Formats: sequence, C-alpha cells, structure tokens
Amino acid sequence: MSSLVQSVDWLAIAPPTIAAVVGVVVLVADLFVGETRKPLLGWFSVAGLAVAALMLLPLLGADRSTFCLVGDTGVCSYTADRFTLVIQFLVLGGALLAALLSVTALKDAGKRLPEGEYWFLFLSSTAGAALLPASRDLATLVVALEVASLPAFALVGLRRGDRRSSEAALKFFLSSVTATAVSLLGISFVYAATGTLHLTRVAERIQNVDGQLHTLAQTGVVLTLVGFAFKTAAVPFHFWVPDTYVGAPLPIAAYLSVIGKAVGFSGLILVTVVALPSYADVWGPALAVLAALTMTVGNVGALRQQAARAYSAVRLLAWSSVGQAGYLLVPIAAAAYTDDADKAIGSTLAYALMYAAVNLGAFAVAALVGRTHRLNRVADYRGLYAASPLTALLLGFFLLCLAGLPPGIIGLFAKVTVFSAAVDAGLGWLAVVMAVNVVIALVYYLQWTALLFRAPEGEPVKHRLPAPLTAAIALTGVLGIVLSGAPQLVLRFTDTGLF
Amino acid sequence: MIDINESVMQFLLAFLVVGPLLGAATALLPAPPGLKGKSPEQAVLRHGVTVTGAVLLAALVLALGFDHDQPSKMQATTDISWIPALDVRIHLGTDGISLPLLVLTALLTFLSALHSYFKPPAGPSPKAFVALLLVLESGTLATFAVLDLVLFFLAFETVLIPMYFLIARWGGEGRAEAAWKFILYTLLGSVVMLLGLLLIGLGAGTFDMVALATDNGRSLTTSVQVTAVLAIGLGLAVKTPMWPLHSWLPDAHTAAPTVGSVLLAGVLLKMGTYGFVRILLPAAPDGFRTFAPYLAAFAVVGIIYGSLACLALAKRGAKGDLKRLIAYSSVGHMGFVLLGVATMTPTGVNGALFANIAHGLITGLLFFLVGALKDRTGSTDLDTLAQETGAALYGKAPRLGGLLAFGAVASLGLPGLAGFWGEMLALFGAFDPAEGLSRPAFLTFMAIGAFGTLLTAAYLLIVVRRVCMGAAPREAPELTDVRGHEFAAWTPLVVLTVVAGLWPRTLLGLTDPAVQQLLAGGTR
Repeated sequence: MSSLVQSVDWLAIAPPTIAAVVGVVVLVADLFVGETRKPLLGWFSVAGLAVAALMLLPLLGADRSTFCLVGDTGVCSYTADRFTLVIQFLVLGGALLAALLSVTALKDAGKRLPEGEYWFLFLSSTAGAALLPASRDLATLVVALEVASLPAFALVGLRRGDRRSSEAALKFFLSSVTATAVSLLGISFVYAATGTLHLTRVAERIQNVDGQLHTLAQTGVVLTLVGFAFKTAAVPFHFWVPDTYVGAPLPIAAYLSVIGKAVGFSGLILVTVVALPSYADVWGPALAVLAALTMTVGNVGALRQQAARAYSAVRLLAWSSVGQAGYLLVPIAAAAYTDDADKAIGSTLAYALMYAAVNLGAFAVAALVGRTHRLNRVADYRGLYAASPLTALLLGFFLLCLAGLPPGIIGLFAKVTVFSAAVDAGLGWLAVVMAVNVVIALVYYLQWTALLFRAPEGEPVKHRLPAPLTAAIALTGVLGIVLSGAPQLVLRFTDTGLF
Repeated sequence: MIDINESVMQFLLAFLVVGPLLGAATALLPAPPGLKGKSPEQAVLRHGVTVTGAVLLAALVLALGFDHDQPSKMQATTDISWIPALDVRIHLGTDGISLPLLVLTALLTFLSALHSYFKPPAGPSPKAFVALLLVLESGTLATFAVLDLVLFFLAFETVLIPMYFLIARWGGEGRAEAAWKFILYTLLGSVVMLLGLLLIGLGAGTFDMVALATDNGRSLTTSVQVTAVLAIGLGLAVKTPMWPLHSWLPDAHTAAPTVGSVLLAGVLLKMGTYGFVRILLPAAPDGFRTFAPYLAAFAVVGIIYGSLACLALAKRGAKGDLKRLIAYSSVGHMGFVLLGVATMTPTGVNGALFANIAHGLITGLLFFLVGALKDRTGSTDLDTLAQETGAALYGKAPRLGGLLAFGAVASLGLPGLAGFWGEMLALFGAFDPAEGLSRPAFLTFMAIGAFGTLLTAAYLLIVVRRVCMGAAPREAPELTDVRGHEFAAWTPLVVLTVVAGLWPRTLLGLTDPAVQQLLAGGTR
C-alpha cells in the first residue's frame, strides 16, 4: 500500500512560501523592534521579496509539480511550469517595486501608517498572488485568490483617520466579497457536475456531463468566470477601481494596478484555457465582449478626467489601468478561437510584463511628484522637465509605452502581439475596437506627456529624490529601455509552450 | 557609379537610420568642451547641421555607390533577426524606388537644419527642436529603408511624436488644435493600417517585403487581399493625404513652423505614397485591382478639389493664407501621384514616383520662400500682402520675387521643370491602364485630371500676379532681398528642379526597372 502522506517539493513552492514566512516574521518582529528601528522592517521585506524572486531561478526549465494525488502523479495541485514562473516573476518583481515605493511612503506618513501591519499585509497578499498561478485545482485557486485580496482590503483602508481611505476599503471589500461568493457558488456547481476540483480532470470530465446536470455545469462556468472578471476590474466590475486607487496609499494603488490585475487574469486563464477548453464557445464571445467594453469604458473614463481636479493623476492611471485590462483580455478571448491557445496566452503574458514595468514606473514618478504636491493633480506635472529633466523624460517614455507609440517601442510591440492574436483568431471587430481605443488612449497619455515639457508656472519645484524611489524609477526605466531594444525578451513567450 | 565595398554600403544605409537617432540623443546632452560655440543654443543648432550634413553625405555616397545598372536589385541589404517571436527582422535595403526618396529626405532635412541655424525657430529651447528634427529624420529615412512590414509600421509611427511637438511647440496660430488633428488622424489611420499589415503578414507567413513581392499575393486569398488593401490603403491615404481624408493637412501646414511645413510636405507625405507602391501593389495585386478605380476617382476629385480650394483662397478678399494655399495645392499634387499608382502600369507608377520627388523639391522650396516672406513682412495673408494692387515683390525684392515665380511655375507643371514629367506620365498611365481595369473610367479620370492642371495653372498665376507684381509705392520700405544663407538653402532645390525637368532620365532610369519588377511580381 502506498503512503497516504504526500511528499512536498519545497523548492518548487519556495517563492510564495518565502514571501509568506517573511510576512509572519515581520509581524512578530514588529513587537520587539523599537520605534527608531521600524524602517528596518521595510528593508527586510524588500530583501525577502528579492530572495523569493531569486528562488525562481533554480526552477527555470524544470516543470516541477507537487501536492499530487497519491497514486496518480499526473494530477497535481501545484505546478511550477513556464506559465507559473512568468506570472510569479511578474508578481514578485512588481511587489518588489511597489515595496520600494512603500518604504518612502511609510517614512513620509510617519505615524499614520503602522509599519508592521503594513508589511505583514503586503507580504501576505503577495504570497497569495504568487501562489495563484501555480494552483491547479479550484480549491487552491480560490484560497490563493482570497489570500491575495483579503489583505489588500485592509491595506486600502489602512490610513488611520482617513475617511476616504476607509470608504474606499469598504467599497472594494463589499464588491469583492460578493464576486467571491458568486464564483464559489459557480465552483461548487462545477464540482457537483464533474466530481473533481483538479483543473485538468475538470477539463476531461465536463465534456461528458450527465444530461440532467448540463444546465448546472453551464451555470457553474458562467458564475466562476464572473468572480475572476471582477479581479481584473473588467467592466461592469470596474466601478470600485478609481475610488479605491485614490483612497489607498499610492504604493498600494500601484500594487493593485499590476499585481491585482495579474492575479485576476492568471486565474481567468487557468479557469478558461486549462479547466474549461470545451466551453470555449461560451467564454470566448463573453470575454471578447468583456474586453471591448472594458477597454472602451476605461479609456473614455480616463479621457474625461480633468487635469485640475484633485488626485486626477492617480484617477487617470486608475481608469487607464481599466483600459489596459481590456487589452489584456483580448488574447484570452482569442485563445477560444485558435488551436494554438498557448500562443495567444503568451501575448497576454508579454503585454502584462510590459505593462507591469512601465505602469509601475509611472506610479513611481507619481509617488515622487505626490511628495511635494499632495493633491497629485495632472496639472501639477506641468514643467516637470524644467525641474527634473531625467524624471520627466522617463515619465514621458512610460506614458508613451502605455500609449504604444515610439519611442515607447516595447509598448508598440506588445500592442502588435495583442493585435496579431486578435487578427489570427479572426476577431476582426475586436481588433478594430481596440484600434479606436488606442487612439482614444493616445489623447490623454499625450496630453499628459506634453504637459511635462511645457514651461512651468512660477518657479519649478525641485523634487528631492529619496533613494528607494530613485531605485524604483531607475529600475523600471532601465527595464523599459532594455525591452525597447530587445523586445524578444518578453515577446518570446508568444512562441513557446507555456503549460 | 563608383565601386564601393558591399559592407561599406551596408554601413552607410544603417548609418542613415541610426545616425540621426544618436545625434538626437547627443543633442540633449551638454556640448563637450571645444564645441561649446558662442552660446548653448548656437552649439546645439550647429550640432543639428553637422549631423544632418553627415547623413546627407552618407546618402550621397550611397547613391554614388549604388549599382545604377541594376536598380531593380535590392542593394546595401542587411538582414538580422530582431524579434524571432514575431518574425520581425531588421531588414534594410534600397533599390531604385527608395534611393531617390532617401536622398531627398536627407537633403531636405539638412536644408531645414541649415535654415534653423541661421534663423533659430521662435519658441522654446532649440535643444529639443534639434533632437525632434533628428528623430523625425531617422523615422522617415527608416520608412524608406526598411523591408519588413512591422518595422515599416514602427518607422511610420516614429515620426508622429516629433512632428506633433514640432507643430505644437514651435508653430504659429492655432497650433495646438492643428497638432492634435495631425496626430489623431494619422494615428487612427496607421492603427488600421497595422491590422491590414498583420493580415497580410499572418496570411502569407512572412513580414518580409521582398518575399511578399516575389510571392505577388499568390498565398493570399482574394478576400484577405481586399480586406488588407482596404485597411492598409486607409492608413496610407490619410498620410498621403487623399481627398476626403486630407482635412488635417491644411491646418497642420498653416500652423507648423517653416521647417515643419517643409518636412511635412517634402517628406512625410511621401511615406504614404511610397507605402502604396512598395507594399500594396506587389503584395496584394488582386485586392489593389478591386480598389484601383475608387482610388483613381478619389485622386481626381482631390486634384479638382485642391485646385478649387486654392482658387477660392487666391481670390481677392478671401483672406487666403499662402501656407494654407500651398497645403491645398499639395492635396492636388498628391492626387496626381495617387492617380499614377492607381493605373497599375509602369508608366503611371513611374510618373507617381517622379511626381513624388518633384513635389518634395518644389513644395519644399515654396514653403521656404513663404517662410522667408513671413519673416520679412510678418504675414502670409494674401490680402494683407497684396493690398490694393499687389505686393510688388519684383520691385521690392527682385530675387525673392523671381524665386517665388520660379517655384509657382514649376509647381504648375511647366515643361522643362520637374513638375511636368510626373503629372504627364500619371495622365499617360491613365490613358492606358493595366489589364482588368476599366479603360473608359480611367479615360474620364484622365480628362478630369488634365482639366485640373489648367486650374492649377490658374491659381498659381493669380498668386504670382498678386504677390510678385503690382505697383510699388515710392515710400514703401525696401524688403531685404535673398540673404546668403537663404541662397545656400534654396539653390540645391532650384538646381534639382531644373535638372529633373531637363534630364528626367536620371530619375526614371532608377525607378523604371524597379517598378517593372514590382509590377511583374518580383521576378522578371
């Protein structure tokens, strides 16, 4: 008789585990560290994230799986394949950058943000986000999703005595919990219909569901998708985004805009492409429509932001991130129509990696400007070039990458891959909708860029650059420029197997 | 003409694309010791002249080293894999079609830089101006030098941002709206074009223009070709611009600084027509044949519309702006180019390419002249200039007046000057269009186009009469006549206009074999 105890491949699960362990250590250490030493917690967390990211290296090239069913090694709950590693790299790298922003934000906030709790919640959420792409059964998937989002609610509402912050957290919490409840219901339906939670087995068994259970299975599929659509902030589940981003501390907004999205779409990919390929005729059109709506609503929302309104810079980034989520959904929808789903998913990964680098870069510059201009209006960026030329050039570069125009070459090529996924799948109408959206998006990105180089009103305000912010801006800037020279670094995921 | 090592040729072509980019980056850095000049402004403007001069030199050497006996062969080719995932290759090369455009671009940019050196643009720091000018040059040269569809798109997009800033920051009245109109129109066009390019590339399995030309659309179904031609054609037609997609052009020209107008008319518009010849004609001939009559119809409407708009602007009391007038005349001239392309015959396409170059030379010269006029009189408004009897430029500044008259008659297509051959060959092509195209329709287009040349002559002569002639009041202040640096900047354009008019073989000898080959499906 074989053993009932599963063997655990610790190396494979190291990246999310390290993040979680560091989080707990920080929480405990917070009790014993004196007031003056608190910043050490932040640097310890940053180091922890770096180590977690480095632990991805030994996993490269080896498809490791663990927590497999005893006796049937083909079915596992945790798999570290190429897809997993790419998303984990995105999550941990993005979290590392957001953590760098946080170090300065916490220092500036002083007493209003509790350091120990902040880092504990931050690392827990990261651990959940890193776990999610590796999970290959529906239960682990939901657990990972909740581990990623529950601390995020608390982070959004963490600013003590800030009414807007608490309100944002409540909005975020209520809408998110509803979506989770809905998708749990969906998962239970799928489980009832197929009798398994493992994604690959669901894929096999859902094709031969008993006729009586057919409706149940279909309802389950739709409800499950709804939950994940919420996490990517797809329309109509996007309304929490702008208020949440403005209410949250800025690094958390940056974190949500990248890692929150990564969590949502990797979950969506796992559920659709891995678990339910036979339902492609259901989720394909649904996702295509969702993508079209999301990008349009997001871009129009961003276009309507007035430069002089309070927090308009963060609001604009929030709305534009909704629009970008729409582009991310396009290849996933296209995967339903092609035989080569890996290629389409690869476009999403390439786009997400590009978006993560440049969007975090834009947030880093916003964090810098926000230190001197509390209201962080777009109008405050006027004449940034006169004050700090390099920062302004980099922000201009990030914005043009997001818009997808040279000199933001990587942004352009990321868009080209998304377009080619759509065209390849025969989704011509979606490609045209996206083309129009690219033009709409250009208006607000270019308006902002042009503002950077205008003559400043009055004396230019010098921005003092704290070391962590400098590191974050430099890192994202170098990434963006290197990728622009060698787009192959991220685009190669479009022509290699992922799963 | 002269024998140059192949690897040197490769380097020269690559330098044309990369050199200006490096120059743009160094323009933003502080000047090194020893090159500081009188002031930072002067130093950076001189830097611009040096870099564009070096690029022009490289282009000229490239043209000399080009094997003129085999203009249909791609020469100075470089082919390196860049993004294997998308099958994008850095494939550069030049043949008889792109070589004249490369030289024209390098020349006009150099003259623009020279002009700016002596007459610094009014606006914010010249540092950014020079950097943007160089990025613009790199983008346009790359458009003509690359042989990969995706790279072509990249180069096509590269010019947008610099041109936007050139108009929006250094332009005249109404520059903000004009710049927005320019970039939004062209971006919408080019994104749609990208869809078409992807359709062709994914359908044929390659993005390589040479391979696509050799394939001659055989691996693409007719429906794919039709869709792709529609999408790509739209993008190129916005850029060209084809009536009725031209409405961004007059505003952009009117608002742009002199240098911006010169490059916009002289170089940027050519990117559109070049795309028609280089991509659409060889890669999707069936699709192109479907749309050729419509393209020709829009082209002749553009000819007539442009001329009528110019006539209306030239009328007394119409408050016509000279820059706007030349912009509308560009719509007409580009109409001839499109008509030539639409005939799908070697004669027509050769005419189109010739008219392309001629328009670049002549309109570039005209925009320089109008810019000089504006510097002297402070206005480009015809009514303000002409007053009651006429501006009497012949009396006040005879050389300037003479040059303006020269530009005008060259533009109206006087035989013996560059403007003549292109338009005549385009009409000639329409007389006998390619097989499969309706001859009666094209004969009608030819007749309308020929009538358009009359209208063109009419408004240009009116302009000459109102600006150059007239009774000079005795007490009127003398205008400064042509200055030394202006002579330097304009002489090459004048000389080339005459040379191309008297000896068209220099150009046609280059383009004709290449065009024959393209139309015959890459192999002859």
